[in-house]
Amino acid sequence: MGDFFGQFGELLAKYDVLHAFWVNIELTFWAGLISLILGTLVCLMRISPVSSMRLAATWFVNIFRDTPLTIIMVVLVLGVWTQLKIQFSNDLATNFFWLAVAGLGLYHASFVAEAIRSGVNTVPVGQAEAARAIGLSFLPAARMIILPQAFRGAVAPLGNTLIALIKNTTVAAAAGVATETSSLMKTMIEFNSSMVFAIFGTFAIGFVVIVVPVGLATTALSRKLAVPR
Amino acid sequence: MKKLALGLAAATAFTLVLSGCGTDDGSGSDDGSDKGSITIGIKYDQPGLGIMQGNAPKGFDVSVAQYVAQQLGYEVGDIQWKESISANRETMLETKEVDLIFATYSITDERKQRVAFAGPYLVAGQDLLVLSDNNDITGPESLDGKKLCSVQGSTPAARIKEQYSAGVDLVEFQTYSECMDALIGGQIDALTTDDSILAGFAAQEAYQGKVKLVGQPFSQEFYGVGLPKDNPKVSCTDVNKALTEMFNSGEWKKALDANLGSYGPNPQYNDPSPKLDACA
Repeated sequence: MGDFFGQFGELLAKYDVLHAFWVNIELTFWAGLISLILGTLVCLMRISPVSSMRLAATWFVNIFRDTPLTIIMVVLVLGVWTQLKIQFSNDLATNFFWLAVAGLGLYHASFVAEAIRSGVNTVPVGQAEAARAIGLSFLPAARMIILPQAFRGAVAPLGNTLIALIKNTTVAAAAGVATETSSLMKTMIEFNSSMVFAIFGTFAIGFVVIVVPVGLATTALSRKLAVPR
Repeated sequence: MKKLALGLAAATAFTLVLSGCGTDDGSGSDDGSDKGSITIGIKYDQPGLGIMQGNAPKGFDVSVAQYVAQQLGYEVGDIQWKESISANRETMLETKEVDLIFATYSITDERKQRVAFAGPYLVAGQDLLVLSDNNDITGPESLDGKKLCSVQGSTPAARIKEQYSAGVDLVEFQTYSECMDALIGGQIDALTTDDSILAGFAAQEAYQGKVKLVGQPFSQEFYGVGLPKDNPKVSCTDVNKALTEMFNSGEWKKALDANLGSYGPNPQYNDPSPKLDACA
């Protein structure tokens, strides 16, 4: 067993595991930001009084939520980059980082939109009617009355989406981001195939260490912020 | 905080249990007395070397595997093929899921800790594949400012990062096919991996005449036959005997020409045939 723990030390000394996890955290940050903004917009469109906007938002959610993330990534690489030759940067590493962020952001925006919509559904109809009664039109009512309450009710599902996003950042490997954890894991298996269990253990523990606090925080926040009714 | 500590402890305990299973691998009692069938692991997605088309495997690795199996007394029809992707090869041998592996399997000291090798039956080397009208790339030294593609977690990608990374812009995809698409599409300048694998792609109908090998191999990859370390169904010596027979009869050269087109492996190591290592 002592030998087994020694393998962890050897792997950590030989490979920059922390940097790989940092790449996943960077991907999470940017994709999370994009999906939060885009998801909120899509949710607004879904509850808006304009039917064409509702339709467009429904299509967006159905397309991106129901397409496997790996396929979105491969379409971005082979379709958008290889065939259409659209690129974010002339430097390959930067280009694929943002390509992966775009894929993750689009995919998770659909989940964020649905999470916020579930939050909207916790807001009693009377709130919207009261907003209308004091003369607020759709956007001000959404901004001042509906969305603040909706977000407070949607903390738990948004937290789940964030956790899914953290783990899904490993799919960025399919979009050519080779510095993140799952690619580093492949490299480690290629060169240190005698230590596979220590390798799996390193990444399993790493993700648990990142995800458990996020889970605890969202649970605590969702209790604290819930609107008492 | 208590909950967090508990969760971490549980996670650690779980990994320890996993590792417990891994270290004491039971040695199966496989005496292989009847010459029934033999299970051979190959690549299913490597054109020219090992590729599964419908139910028919094709490629140089497959030809060598068939020849060796026949020499060992098995009919070609008695071979059961299994896909062995790179990351799973050692495990498949240890668990006796396969008896032999012919899958662009480079002999390394690290791998010898877990499996045994016969061979090598080919000495490949890392090389570059470029579009046929490209004349600026003549070897690894002429890659400054060029865009290069390889596969994640592969030895060639690691070698580029360690030795030639200064001026090279490297992208790593999950498969060589994605690199080929990007090369044909003009988004990258060169694809790098073992010359045998590159030759396999270049010999494909879709790419013929469009791409070429640079032909300056800058490493040696000794492709061996993977065998389990304990109680292998066939012995390393018998495999080596079969390989020697294949080299001497000229079948080896024929298999090479039939599967990899105009590819000539590095003559320094393959002329007239690779030198076999002694069995451990």
